[in-house]
Amino acid sequence: MKNVRKITSSKTFPPLVALFGILLFNVFLNPGFLTITIVEGHFFGQLIDILNRAVPIMILGIGMTLVIATGGTDLSCGALLALSGAVAVSLIRGKSTILNPETETPFIIVILATLAVASLCGLWNGFLVAKIGIQPIVATLILMTAGRGIAQLITGARNLTTGYPPFSVIGQGWFLMFPVPVFIAAGVFLLVWFLVRKTAFGLFVEAVGINASAARYSGINATLVIMTVYMISGFCAGVAGLIYASNIMCADATNAGLNFELDAILAVVLGGTSMMGGRIYLGGTVIGALIIMALTKSIYAFDVAPESALVVKAAAVVMVVLIQSPLFQNFRGRVRACLPFGRRAGEGA
Amino acid sequence: MKEMKEVKKTKKSRFSIDIKYIPALAAMFLFIASYAIGGMLYGDRGFLTLRNFTSIFTDNAYLGVSAVGMTFVIISGGIDLSVGSVAALSTMLIAWCTAELNMDSRLVLGLVLALGTFMGFMMGVLIDKLKVPPFIATLIGMFLARGLCFLISIQSITINDPLLRTLGRWRIRLVQRPPAHINISVIIFAVVLVTGIVIMQYTKFGRGVYAFGGNRQSAMLMGLPTSRIQIGVYAFNGFCSALAGVLFAFYTFSGYGRHLYGMELDVISSVVIGGSLLSGGVGYPIGSLFGIMIHGVILKYISFNGKLSSWWTKIAVGVLLLLFIALQRFIVYVADRNKKILKEH
Repeated sequence: MKNVRKITSSKTFPPLVALFGILLFNVFLNPGFLTITIVEGHFFGQLIDILNRAVPIMILGIGMTLVIATGGTDLSCGALLALSGAVAVSLIRGKSTILNPETETPFIIVILATLAVASLCGLWNGFLVAKIGIQPIVATLILMTAGRGIAQLITGARNLTTGYPPFSVIGQGWFLMFPVPVFIAAGVFLLVWFLVRKTAFGLFVEAVGINASAARYSGINATLVIMTVYMISGFCAGVAGLIYASNIMCADATNAGLNFELDAILAVVLGGTSMMGGRIYLGGTVIGALIIMALTKSIYAFDVAPESALVVKAAAVVMVVLIQSPLFQNFRGRVRACLPFGRRAGEGA
Repeated sequence: MKEMKEVKKTKKSRFSIDIKYIPALAAMFLFIASYAIGGMLYGDRGFLTLRNFTSIFTDNAYLGVSAVGMTFVIISGGIDLSVGSVAALSTMLIAWCTAELNMDSRLVLGLVLALGTFMGFMMGVLIDKLKVPPFIATLIGMFLARGLCFLISIQSITINDPLLRTLGRWRIRLVQRPPAHINISVIIFAVVLVTGIVIMQYTKFGRGVYAFGGNRQSAMLMGLPTSRIQIGVYAFNGFCSALAGVLFAFYTFSGYGRHLYGMELDVISSVVIGGSLLSGGVGYPIGSLFGIMIHGVILKYISFNGKLSSWWTKIAVGVLLLLFIALQRFIVYVADRNKKILKEH
């Protein structure tokens, strides 16, 4: 009984239930939903597709989780995704043409430069928030508007395409029967998870999120922590930008990652991390991103415009928000107190 | 006590204008300066004509209406991401109800405004009663309104209603050559702006919004009806968003789910450039007017130049945001220092 209690009271439990609920619903709509076939040595199927498509949101969400844990928000990550795509494709193109796709810039330099640009943009956000003391929403609003402008400056307001084969591997390749982006997402997740759970950094982030001045007085360099967190978010946007650009083999400065920042925030909130800060649930964010994609998938099963998925998204957020609200928490606490096996000591709402 | 008053007096006399007016004044000066520079660069092509000046208003009236509502929200310490979507939903409903359902256009206008107010009200309830962060609550509104647009139709619907057509085409000609005019949108914008200023400066509700945005704890302890204030602010902004949608429908004569994508960004950045502090408690609707006009002048630069791409707008707005936020930070810093000096006395 105790183990069950432990699982159900975990913060990642409700989103996990929600994800399974949506998947079940999908199976109900389309019995072939869960089938995974092997074509040309790769896994194919709806589940793999959801996993693959959720990757950009997932990676942005992982960075966003840390930012939200410090009590901030990063609105710029969608624009940074577009910007890093523009940087990567324009570097690859160099002077090469479609007929002669060999790039003049070494491929590794392309990737490193893109990630460096994205991280620098993130650092700039962090600088504005931590050093200058601008509110996160406003500080990142600057790059959210200007970032896309700079991306269009780089691409010359055209959709730059590329045919460079190694680049296509990032977004379209397969490895061990799974799509490469899934491995990249797993890599980013493990990296951040290690940083957060196996070093003191996660504790610092949560401390800053709960009370920045208390953290400062206890000797934590809050400025440095906040700047690092925004830099990580920028880095994640860079990785997601590479995947996105490689997937369509094109740098689309206007539409790439449009509204992704909202989806990323949504993934974080759906995953159980409070917007108030102070808590990190990386696993929850990953599940949140999967929920968003699974929801979108189930909308496609109906005969409505795919854009109407937004209504369902709105309903999903309302539900999560209601569950997280103090009103409902009180109610749940009262129900728990009435249960026969009683209330565990020290358990709060 | 007496000493303190004296200190205050000396402070006042040294700064002849109150420091809290500076961001709004800076926005005004920036608008005048940018307009003058535009006149120097493109004066020979008619940048300084009355026609060009009035077109800044006719082109941006819908943004202005929304900015007045957003100013309320931002002064109250919140934010509203739903304005663009609610406005798009309004254009869609107007077009759909008049074209497909053959409803009376006056009734439709009333319904649309009521729906916008109701959506704002509901977001306010989420924020106030359920303690949902404004960002998330209005994100819900944004998704919902945008999604409803596409549930109605994914196509653009033309507005052919005779009354709406007449209203949209109606204009007062100010000068014959070159033709300069103001239309119904500009008049509605002016009315909304004046109403906004009067509410903010002279009513209990408006003063309550300032108090609430400045420090909600104190506002509550003072016995102000904080719930009514917060929900009222979002309801008013919902009304403004719907009205902005109506004006946009007059402007384009069409309803479309993709209308006004990202309008919330233009509005929020204009309000911030106009001197409202996102931390709440400080700001003036008149400042937002200048924020909108600066935005309009940047667009004019691009259309007059002809060679500049529209993405320069985004970069320019980003740089302006940075400048104005830096200015605001500096003012807050100076104000804090002054407070400290006062305390030491």
